[in-house]
Amino acid sequence: MYQYDTVDKEFVADRSREFREQVGRRLSGELSEDQFKMLRLMNGLYLQLHAYMLRIAIPYGSLNSRQMRRLAHIGRVYDRGYGHFTTRQNLQFHWIKLRDAPDILDQLAEVDMHAIQTSGNCIRNVTSDPYAGATAEELDDPRVWSEAIRQWSSLHPEFSFLPRKFKIAITASAKDRTAAKVHDIGLMIRRGRDGQLGFEVIVGGGLGRTPYVGPTITEFLPANRLFSYLEAILRVYNRHGRRDNIYKARIKILVAALGAEEFARQVAEEWAKIGPEGDLPDTELARIRGAFAGTAFEPLPAVSQAFETAKASDPSLARFARNNLRAHKKPGYAIVEVSLKTIGETPGDATSDQMDVIADLAERYGQDDIRVTHEQNLVLPHIRLDDVPEVFAQLKAAGLASANVNLISDIIACPGLDYCALANARAIPVAQQIAQTFADPDRAESIGELKIKISGCINACGHHHVGHIGILGVDKKGEEFYQLTLGGSGAEDAAVGKMLGPALPYDKVASAIDTLVEVYLRERRDGERFLDTYRRTGVEPFKEAVYADAH
Amino acid sequence: MPTLIRRQDDDKFVLADDPFTAVADDEGLPQGDVIISFTRFQAEGERLLAEGRAVGVRLEPAEEVEALAYDLPRIAVVALAFPKYRDGRAYTGARLLRERFGYAGEIRAVGEVLREQAGFMVRCGFDAFAPADGASPQDWAHAVHRHRHVYQRAADLRTPAFVERDGG
Repeated sequence: MYQYDTVDKEFVADRSREFREQVGRRLSGELSEDQFKMLRLMNGLYLQLHAYMLRIAIPYGSLNSRQMRRLAHIGRVYDRGYGHFTTRQNLQFHWIKLRDAPDILDQLAEVDMHAIQTSGNCIRNVTSDPYAGATAEELDDPRVWSEAIRQWSSLHPEFSFLPRKFKIAITASAKDRTAAKVHDIGLMIRRGRDGQLGFEVIVGGGLGRTPYVGPTITEFLPANRLFSYLEAILRVYNRHGRRDNIYKARIKILVAALGAEEFARQVAEEWAKIGPEGDLPDTELARIRGAFAGTAFEPLPAVSQAFETAKASDPSLARFARNNLRAHKKPGYAIVEVSLKTIGETPGDATSDQMDVIADLAERYGQDDIRVTHEQNLVLPHIRLDDVPEVFAQLKAAGLASANVNLISDIIACPGLDYCALANARAIPVAQQIAQTFADPDRAESIGELKIKISGCINACGHHHVGHIGILGVDKKGEEFYQLTLGGSGAEDAAVGKMLGPALPYDKVASAIDTLVEVYLRERRDGERFLDTYRRTGVEPFKEAVYADAH
Repeated sequence: MPTLIRRQDDDKFVLADDPFTAVADDEGLPQGDVIISFTRFQAEGERLLAEGRAVGVRLEPAEEVEALAYDLPRIAVVALAFPKYRDGRAYTGARLLRERFGYAGEIRAVGEVLREQAGFMVRCGFDAFAPADGASPQDWAHAVHRHRHVYQRAADLRTPAFVERDGG
């Protein structure tokens, strides 16, 4: 966890004070809603169907117990006792009153949090690997780079009024848990042949109306040249990105129009003009690296007898261990995923009480470290295997022990028509129905990894394009219909899903998913995930079964 | 006379008289100092400068500052237009004028210029502002000086956080 210094603290406090003034001008009538809109959108405050929604930044999905408790407190006092973790590792409160917003931002500032650039046409919260600092797969700690980008992008003088929003993801592992290839910029930390650290730079991926898997514009950028290169990319985009049509304004459209090669050439030309003056000094990068609180790992045996014994006597713990635990870089430790996809609940939601439980567990057993995943779950990245049974028991008591991470009920869903003014259809109840259809944990485990992602409209906040099964809500003459896509992936094997066939009515979606799964179980070969089977067989057997059923 | 806020070298903001007349392409040229479009400057700039007038050029967001590179030493004002506050191209224009072309003349923000943009504008090198929201020089100064720290190097030469931390 990065420790704020005086500069960081004062920066956030200044921002909070500014927003209090702006809200004051709105409440006094000096500003109209229209004039105020630009200001609130720079502070993560949206006007939704029923109330204001406040989106709070959780930079690279990393927070400590004090921060989590503060979020719980805000949820209790100013919202309805819960919050919603998003696909960009942020947290949203959906029932906020405008007059409370300045107090909320002050409360956040006290614990080194903010809502800066969680909306608007600027560089948004940087996302990163939720296993950073805990996985043996990574080449470097991506949080160091994420934090440096957070600072560099905060109130950037030149890039705060871009053609459209701009999202950056960073990963340092071959296994991509950030959806880097469908971001405006995806940075993948690499080592050069001489061992030097650098980045593969992917630009122009994205979802929405026109989904793209982003092309690589440079295979290896030396790490210490990152900031001048980012400046070059942003400058080319700021000057040449389209501003005449918001649906064509993302950088992906510019990259596609120019072609990746020509875009890369323009960036290289600008980069050469900027030169190393645009880079962050190595001393500052070293300072940021040093400002991350150290972790104190004990030397432990790789196998915990206590844990093994507990698993042997408790099948539910064994199931949890199979599905929610990941290998830690240190022997005797585990990365524990906490599913926010309890069957029947809203994906990504956590109550204030649950947030407090997570905070307590992190403080007591987890080196005070909590992560949010882009798949809307939480992670306790450093848990001793010895402590897993106790952590599991406490999670279970809080309704947080669903053993379904990466399984069919671990669904991403946008807020949809239940909250969002843009949506055409509901997403949450569809997710709930599907989860209920596959509530039998043995069946879910036998199906294995299957990522379902649901969006309530074409803006694709639920990432349906990159779901192994994607579901898109559409409006047909006032009725909710759902288009299914198959074969998408947001991971290192990124791909955009292909449409299965005509859209289905609301009450047919869960049974169609059931049919797709049956086809997969019939067709699959050893060790194949749903996605692998689909890629081998193509769409035909799936299509046939779903639409035979529909008739 | 429309309000013009000027940033002084000591980082104070004052109300200023504007000696320039902004002239649209379809208007006749008045006497005195003028700000004209880039198109008009290409056609008539030479003559106007020869008459001994001070000449400013207004660039629309799609017109790139590179086109002015060779004329900069004889241009008194570059007015960069914000047709909408959310059109951020002029920030790049201003920064390049200052940092890449070493332009020392006035860079003026015109169009939908609001106090909320003041901080960004000053950082990018603007030093004259024609606010569209009735903002006073006090409002402007308040907005610009609101943040005690900045994280980036930019055209205003403020000390970025990474230098501040290093004892700079």
